[in-house]
Amino acid sequence: MSAGIGADSMHGNRFRHNFLTALLLAPATVWLVVFLVLPFIAIAVFSVGERAPEGGYQAAFTLAQYANLPARATAFWNTMVLAPVGALACLIVAYPVAYYLALQVPQRWRLILLALVVIPFWTSLLMRTYAWMYILGGRGIPALLAFVGIEDVRLINTPGAVLLGIVYGYLPLMILPIYVSLERLDRRLLEASADLGATPLSTFLGVTLKLSLPGVMTGFSLVMILLLGEYLIPTLLGGGKVFFIGNALVDLFLQSRNWPFGSAIAITLVLVSVVVLIVANRISNRVAGARRVDLI
Amino acid sequence: MRAFVIAVFAFLYLPIVLVVLFSFNAGHHASEFTGFSVQWYGKALSNPFLVEALKNSLFIATTSALLAAVFGTAAALGLARVGARTRAVFDALLGAAIVVPGVVIGISTLVALVQLFAVVNPFLASIWPGGQPPRLSLGYGSIIAAHGLFSMALVTMIVGTRLGSLDRNLVEASSDLYATPLTTFRSIVLPQIMPAVVAGFLLAFTFSFDDFIIAFFVAGAQTTLPIYVFASIRRGVTPEINAIATIVLVASVLLVVLAQWQLRQRKPSN
Repeated sequence: MSAGIGADSMHGNRFRHNFLTALLLAPATVWLVVFLVLPFIAIAVFSVGERAPEGGYQAAFTLAQYANLPARATAFWNTMVLAPVGALACLIVAYPVAYYLALQVPQRWRLILLALVVIPFWTSLLMRTYAWMYILGGRGIPALLAFVGIEDVRLINTPGAVLLGIVYGYLPLMILPIYVSLERLDRRLLEASADLGATPLSTFLGVTLKLSLPGVMTGFSLVMILLLGEYLIPTLLGGGKVFFIGNALVDLFLQSRNWPFGSAIAITLVLVSVVVLIVANRISNRVAGARRVDLI
Repeated sequence: MRAFVIAVFAFLYLPIVLVVLFSFNAGHHASEFTGFSVQWYGKALSNPFLVEALKNSLFIATTSALLAAVFGTAAALGLARVGARTRAVFDALLGAAIVVPGVVIGISTLVALVQLFAVVNPFLASIWPGGQPPRLSLGYGSIIAAHGLFSMALVTMIVGTRLGSLDRNLVEASSDLYATPLTTFRSIVLPQIMPAVVAGFLLAFTFSFDDFIIAFFVAGAQTTLPIYVFASIRRGVTPEINAIATIVLVASVLLVVLAQWQLRQRKPSN
């Protein structure tokens, strides 16, 4: 830069400021565009294309792939049932845990217990699901039951096993946002409610639950969206009997190679996710005002 | 309620404990514990395919986490200097990179890269001055890039949060005392955000090392550890897999604990 004075150097400074900002943001921008935006456009384009005879892509503009979605109705049905049911099951288990951690545990225990919740979240889902294959499989609980005389119990490769795996896998992700919203809660409100003669139950329903709703909705929508794309849990614990959209996508992209149809399914999945997010946002805004709960 | 919470923690940890326990089983059968032995670790580590997969995973996780830590930190610093509108666009894209299910990230990256290679490879061949032209294909690069997307978004968010709580007075004092912007950055800003950068790197490494579904789509002919383990699990449950699972679990737990500890560091240690 020139060592000018007055307006010239002001101009130089602003240029230098903008140049540095652009430089800092450049790698992230390139990455987001090349590996997020362009790929998304690519599958959007593929989803209105046609399948080439040998399994590739042929340019076209047709909604035939979307019209064909009912061909994978079973996968959609299983996912659309087990994702909300799984998220709800997670919520039912997670809420008391989050409540206990946020409002009942002394400060010094809180961080340790919270870390114990976070650790499984960052540990390989594959390995954790594998653990349940082990427990539910023929040599696990069924073998123990046979030992005490209950024969022929089948646990693995059932919808129940998949649901169990879902709760196990996504419980931490549900606990965290609920914990955050409960921890922020102004305790004086609880005291005020009790002082004004409310029963513990009506304090819980009218104050605690209502104010923690943003956390509940964040957890619910995150878990549900991730479940919509789940592949490992239904594959390992459902044994090919409980087929999810994720299984259909693996099949269409890696085995039977019908990329346009697979792209249409993927786009549908993303659209459903967006709807879930919007609905969850609406609900928490309506009930508790616009207090967002960020996960990180 | 206390009993319920204890039960939930047991539910979270018992399966993991069981996997670890049975990795030390002397017997071959998963059903009964017949004695203590580390033979399955020896067997796992003398399996060349497994060692190859482990090396691939370590390389991919290290590279993608390093790139994510550098570019993510740069992005967080850049985002602190832009207007609200630019910030909102970036926040939306970064949020999408984190929330979109791995399956969708995997297939969309696969589709885009295959199309890109179909254009670039003939072009490279046409301009290459003699000899064998390089051929781009799926492999290390595509896994690193796809993992880097999530990881970079993660680092940007973690470092961005830390930047938001940075002590502005120190920055102003530093420039009042005629420190150059670079000196201010090195001696004031960097020490304060460093724990967040390190935590981001560790979580990014853990994510990449554990990821199965994204790599499954974009790995091409390469094998990562989770891909290898997935394939072995489908062939049948063996104590050897327990040994690998134990190694992976212990490594992830250590990294996450380290990351959490870094995030709790309030002040630079020196």
